[in-house]
Amino acid sequence: MAAKTLTIDGKSITAEEGATVLQVAEEAGIKIPTLCHLEGIYDVGACRLCLVEVVGVPKLLPACATKVAEGMEINTDSERLRKYRRMTLELLFAERNHVCAVCVSNGHCELQTMAYSLGMDHVRYEYLFPKWGVDTTQRLFGMDHNRCILCTRCVRVCWHIEGAGTKNVSGRGTKSHIITDLNMPWGESVSCTQCGKCVQACPTGALFHKGSTAGEMERDRGKLEFLVTAREKHQWVVAV
Amino acid sequence: MSFLDLDEFLIDLVDLVDIVYSPVVDMKDYPGSVDVCLIEGAICNEDNLELLHKIRQRTKVLVSFGDCAVTANVPAIRNQLGLGNTESVLQRAYIENAQDNPCLPKADGIVPQLLERVMPVHEVVHVEHFLPGCPPPAAHIKALVSQMLSGVKPNLEGKQIKFG
Repeated sequence: MAAKTLTIDGKSITAEEGATVLQVAEEAGIKIPTLCHLEGIYDVGACRLCLVEVVGVPKLLPACATKVAEGMEINTDSERLRKYRRMTLELLFAERNHVCAVCVSNGHCELQTMAYSLGMDHVRYEYLFPKWGVDTTQRLFGMDHNRCILCTRCVRVCWHIEGAGTKNVSGRGTKSHIITDLNMPWGESVSCTQCGKCVQACPTGALFHKGSTAGEMERDRGKLEFLVTAREKHQWVVAV
Repeated sequence: MSFLDLDEFLIDLVDLVDIVYSPVVDMKDYPGSVDVCLIEGAICNEDNLELLHKIRQRTKVLVSFGDCAVTANVPAIRNQLGLGNTESVLQRAYIENAQDNPCLPKADGIVPQLLERVMPVHEVVHVEHFLPGCPPPAAHIKALVSQMLSGVKPNLEGKQIKFG
């Protein structure tokens, strides 16, 4: 495979053809903020937090879904990028009802952690306070649409890893939401295998184990890591 | 109440500032020319709104203090019911769930009217600084207050920010 040479934040880097800017930056120890990216599933560039500047390209490009090219000059941190990342994050908070104080994921939430790392101490936009429900019809898991940021990790893990294709996205704009099968209660789904990968993949408190109360919901990402290692390296390493 | 978790720092603080108004200071009206006000809670009713405007007029530096003030938090959950929820939430709380003597609280000039929409403080007036948290941990309060006392522009980041 042909090698590509490029620079990220002034650092000269050699990368394999076909690699994404995010992969290459991570290998070089350059941290780019991400939310919809999850190791082991394909990237879609849904959250726009990993936007980077590429010299010569007027628009910002998502690092997770941009392939490296010869001679690329990439900036991962600038006043402009920080401004847009903060804006994107605040809009995520304003769009749904993220009431951290009463959320199952309080303290173990990637959206919260992202807010802290980007220095977000308040949201400048008017909260929409939409009316969304909680689907608790499934025997083991629940879906709280109030906490969903539409990263589609659950959809991708369901289709790509489990191969069940239960989770989907319906609607457009602020009406977009995650559905089960043909928009039916989760408990009535015939395709769901109850594997729980969607729950492990979710970055917020949108997907949860039943029986978790505020702040109790912790994920076991080791299960996903096991699957990724098994698939990519053909090693079935069970953590003791 | 997490302000009280400042423990012995409160003793140092008493020497440095005059506490002129608080729910536990016996003062009927908000005084004039206040340097700093740490303001708690979301803006839920007409009384909150009136006091907030008064505080803004008479205060140099406003700090939105805690998740309810910063995000409107739990009090704002009723916003999800849409405009016109003031009747239905009172109905639910005071009539449907009442065990004894169901009746709506109504006394003009005494019981303030609920606002149509619960708002975070900065949606109503300009706010200089934000200290989120439910509650904000004492260490964060101390950091912010210390920065203000030493004349530095308060700036909390990373681990000094907490929601929930």
